[in-house]
Amino acid sequence: MAAITDRQRLAYANAQAADGRVNLEFETDEGMTLNMGPQHPATHGTLRIVVKLDGEQVLSCEPVMGYMHRGYEKLTEVRTYPQVTTLINRIDWLGSFANEVPFILAAERLMEIEAPPRAQWIRTALFELSRIANISLFVGDMALHIGAMTAAFYAFRDREFVLNQIEAATGGRFHPNFDRIGGLKDDLPKGWIADTKAAMERIRDFCDEMEILVEGNEIFEARTRGIGVIPAEVAMQFGLTGANLRASGVDWDLRRDEPVGLAWNEVDWNVITHPDGDSFARFWVRLQEIRESTRIVDQLLDGLPAGPYMAKVPRIIKVPEGEAWVATENPLGEMGYYVVSQGGLGPFRVKIRTASFNNVSVVPWVCRGVYVPDVITILASLYFILGDIDR
Amino acid sequence: MSSPEAPATEEAEAPVTDEVREEVLAELREDLGDAIVGTHIVPGQDLWVRVTKDAWQQAGFALRDGAGFKMFEFVSAIDWLPSPWGKSEDSPTDEVVETEPAEIVTGYAGGDTRFQVFARAHSQTRKMGVTLKVDVPEDDFSLPTWIPVFAGANWHERETREMFGIDFVGHPHLVNIYLPGEFEGHPLRKDFPLLARHVKPWPGIVDIEPMPGDESEEGEEG
Repeated sequence: MAAITDRQRLAYANAQAADGRVNLEFETDEGMTLNMGPQHPATHGTLRIVVKLDGEQVLSCEPVMGYMHRGYEKLTEVRTYPQVTTLINRIDWLGSFANEVPFILAAERLMEIEAPPRAQWIRTALFELSRIANISLFVGDMALHIGAMTAAFYAFRDREFVLNQIEAATGGRFHPNFDRIGGLKDDLPKGWIADTKAAMERIRDFCDEMEILVEGNEIFEARTRGIGVIPAEVAMQFGLTGANLRASGVDWDLRRDEPVGLAWNEVDWNVITHPDGDSFARFWVRLQEIRESTRIVDQLLDGLPAGPYMAKVPRIIKVPEGEAWVATENPLGEMGYYVVSQGGLGPFRVKIRTASFNNVSVVPWVCRGVYVPDVITILASLYFILGDIDR
Repeated sequence: MSSPEAPATEEAEAPVTDEVREEVLAELREDLGDAIVGTHIVPGQDLWVRVTKDAWQQAGFALRDGAGFKMFEFVSAIDWLPSPWGKSEDSPTDEVVETEPAEIVTGYAGGDTRFQVFARAHSQTRKMGVTLKVDVPEDDFSLPTWIPVFAGANWHERETREMFGIDFVGHPHLVNIYLPGEFEGHPLRKDFPLLARHVKPWPGIVDIEPMPGDESEEGEEG
């Protein structure tokens, strides 16, 4: 074995010192500090969680964010309205189309124009397709964090059928940039409806497969039942939304209760809730929601109205003065844009309220007293996308 | 593309009437009295209420317990100063035209200061939300924290503090959330330059010049 050179020894000492500096701010006299991330596989990106431990038990934990902060709220201020949609595609990158919709709706509300029915129905269908693509990956991912590798491969395989349909309609798998103020960029391509219905059939099979694989599995149940319970009051205090809120027994879905001009109320579907509020409930609610989404898409495509896909809008888009808030039920939860316009080509200020930011803010509360491996399942079941936290 | 004619569906249920929001406003007035200094209602869409700085926390409780807005949405701030750097909307080849600095124009529900904090809460029973606003004068640049009202305000206030510099009194852990600890300045203030635009002007603006032969700006989308 070769002798260690002075240089190597120095490099090692430097690395140790750097580690020490990183931990410095969190060191106290009690407990042991454990860094999870920023490169931990369970963090979907670069979230770092500093956990203070007493043996195996978590005394406190503190998420550290900002590794992926891109400053979209500042960047939107120097762009025109049509340019902003390109940016906001990248917030929740697994369900990109859904990010565009609330912003476009807010701009339309300020301009007092409305997209024609056909555009709204296609918007809703694409919105649900991005939800299916996003959440089917979650289902596999959640199983992966508990140690079931196979489910993740199935999820990636079947998600591809949905992404293909999104690509066929919009031209982009991940960043469609397809929504326009007043309608859509283009109509649906020929044969798309039949292909999409076939893909929906496939996704329903995927849901059945997942239920057989994962639910009822003894290990899965032991790791998720009764772990990370969030009562409804706490969930509302922290502003949790989406499946995380519905898994705590709150019957609330913006798609049903405030559909802001989209076509959800035209079709028949159910809001799924679960009374338990634990990790299993969050997993189960999401899995059932994929099924409901496939039903929504099928019905939307059956009843798709004919007509134009674009309203009459000026070629140069100037949004009149005013303020508008529009929120929709995105795959991860409620996403809203507070748009302030001063009559220019671009927005004056855009506050982006993302679901993951609020959903993850409950982590310090829910992780107190759990064991180290449960931190992973709780994080996985809360389901966040780093781009959606950091914006 | 054959799609059957959609069943005749009228615009989804009747729009929420103005009275609903007037009622909420009346309830808030009962709790807060003179603390409400400005209001704005867009019928069927939204309600804005501006309160005095002293009543900020009280307004939160009135909204949560009195009026039943139990779901927290966000806390953030607006800097109403017109950007001294322009909007980078000019083509890089054009000559720079000196313009006078514009006046501060505040939005709905009015305002007297450059900075305003605004927050939003939602009611599941009423199926609507309310935006609260408050002026933050620059000589006393702080607000009471909203954590006792909504626990979720914790991170939002940390973000607002680092982006605008507003101090939240009573916040237990007011450190940067996104930016590195030693970062100087408050990026979302309008006078904080976006360096990328100063190094290289944005060429994208060329796209929205009128097409040759276009008489009016208001050409229609084809």
